[in-house]
Amino acid sequence: MAEKLLEIRNLKQYFNEGKANEVRAVDDISFDIYKGETLGLVGESGCGKSTTGRSIIRLYNATDGEVIFDGVNVHGKKSKSDLKIFNRKMQMIFQDPYASLNPRMKVLDIIAEGLDIHGLTKNAKERKDRVHELLETVGLNKEHANRYPHEFSGGQRQRLGIARALAVDPEFIIADEPISALDVSIQAQVVNLLKELQEEKGLTYLFIAHDLSMVKYISDRIGVMYFGKLVELAPADELYKNPLHPYTQSLLSAIPLPDPNYERTRVRKSYDPASHNYQDGEEIAMREVTPGHFVFCSEREFESLKLTSAARV
Amino acid sequence: MEKILEVKDLQLSFHTFAGEVKAIRGVNFDLQKGETLAIVGESGSGKSVTTKAIMRLLPESSSEFKSGQILFNGKDLTKLSDKEMQKIRGKDISMIFQDPMTSLNPTMTIGRQITEPLLKHQKVGKTEAKKIAIDLLRMVGMPKPELRIKQYPHQFSGGQRQRIVIAIALACNPQILIADEPTTALDVTIQAQILELMKDLQKKIDTSIIFITHDLGVVANVADRVAVMYGGRIVEMGTVDEIFYNPQHPYTWGLLSSMPSLDSADEKLYAIPGTPPDLLDPPKGDAFALRSDFALAIDLEQAPPVFQVSDTHYAATWLLHPDAPQVEPPAAIVERMKKFPGSRYYEGVAR
Repeated sequence: MAEKLLEIRNLKQYFNEGKANEVRAVDDISFDIYKGETLGLVGESGCGKSTTGRSIIRLYNATDGEVIFDGVNVHGKKSKSDLKIFNRKMQMIFQDPYASLNPRMKVLDIIAEGLDIHGLTKNAKERKDRVHELLETVGLNKEHANRYPHEFSGGQRQRLGIARALAVDPEFIIADEPISALDVSIQAQVVNLLKELQEEKGLTYLFIAHDLSMVKYISDRIGVMYFGKLVELAPADELYKNPLHPYTQSLLSAIPLPDPNYERTRVRKSYDPASHNYQDGEEIAMREVTPGHFVFCSEREFESLKLTSAARV
Repeated sequence: MEKILEVKDLQLSFHTFAGEVKAIRGVNFDLQKGETLAIVGESGSGKSVTTKAIMRLLPESSSEFKSGQILFNGKDLTKLSDKEMQKIRGKDISMIFQDPMTSLNPTMTIGRQITEPLLKHQKVGKTEAKKIAIDLLRMVGMPKPELRIKQYPHQFSGGQRQRIVIAIALACNPQILIADEPTTALDVTIQAQILELMKDLQKKIDTSIIFITHDLGVVANVADRVAVMYGGRIVEMGTVDEIFYNPQHPYTWGLLSSMPSLDSADEKLYAIPGTPPDLLDPPKGDAFALRSDFALAIDLEQAPPVFQVSDTHYAATWLLHPDAPQVEPPAAIVERMKKFPGSRYYEGVAR
């Protein structure tokens, strides 16, 4: 596979650390993101998927662990100017297109903010041209530059969010539930746009979502999170065809599909964390069951998973 | 089957500073006893307004019934006084709202909120009402209902709150339950639990459900019949199989093809172009024509009448007119039609 763009090593993000109400939102997770791929991250609300994204881009200071981007630790000590260079390479698209755009700024200034901070344009004309170009890239037109966010629909606003992220020519974009707030017909438009941009610019995405069918569609690989832990990581098709962790199985069995015949026969599995029956001293870790397919399990479970997977092939 | 609700040529407008918004422009449907009718469509299509009109929950100062009737057991709900409506609302027809975080009163214990409709509509005393409330909570799957009845909404999770909202809605054994996106704010696993619960309860108390959602997976799971709304009208209506396996309206085609299926390959996702129509100034002909790849010249001139496809299935599209050219639906739709006996693409065993 391609080279690694991002390595996440033992990332921990605790809130209220050391206090009685300590929350281990992200609890020791490790994974890689390869150049040019889309990694989907799914799980229920509160499982830590958004926190993971926010820790990677350093909106939070990680409690422990490393995020290595292009060989440099994001969370290491950095001067302001180093940080600025890094910020250009990594951008984020937020969930709520209504809350993530400043209502008192014109679209031109919203999109150009990144350009201004990084000094990417020399004069006002160049700045304007660049914004017009960005608007066209995301399927809007240059007349939109002088308007305010409230004049746009939800789908259009999400396009503005994408244009803003693209302004500084990033390599890596974290999309935190970018389509959850949109209508079904508009979701498809935004997902198609993200895919086109990826092909054109060779972008790498971390796509965080809870809509599993969209995630499957856009992602190359998918990670499943449960209570701050990554429990399974596999290529998208493999994960859906052959989910190994019982939590992934229950999650997949809960998705209703637009197919009445399938719905009449769908059987939902429920997940009980106690079913693992882990003994004291058992080491539970991510283990590679088949090439590229990792499961969070104990040595004992690993052996039996390997056997069943081998039998299947 | 017994008709419990009949909506006839309902037209409703809102008066705003910008002008008259024609939110519902002639909606017709009926609801049978014990069935689940799903209403689908994007935001602004009029699905929520339709159900709020049935419940008479729209502000009287700004909304206006232009014409039509809503017949509930023979009574026209649009003509009732507020007092008369209060006797029906929460008793014969009740509603579950989308967001369980905001539809419960944060300053009242859930016990008080569940007993409220009982005390109001049924001749029961406080102790009796409390007993019923505990039974209701048990019925919706809440553990330790005797203890939890004294707690406040913030002490419950989102899924539990939606169970409480359902318990309140079912307190008086309503004949009709209207569920407006009851699972949209919930996670898939919780959503699955709530849907199973609603189906179980429906069997037990034989209520009719109107289920509003934009999630077609949920529709396939819960619905007996489906109404597809667009631009303030029902553009297609039929049994769940007819809508999913033999859809006729280009908007239904668009909706069904814009959702990726779990086994779909990497082909580009079909996206309905453009944005929903502005109902301040609704388009003259078919409201969907400007976004449709299948629009005919007449679509821009004149709104299509309703064409009957089968006894239970109809669609408002000129494509069904005998003189219309025969068009090939999108590939994903043809795939679906292959499963439907009676469609022209059917690949049955009889071949």
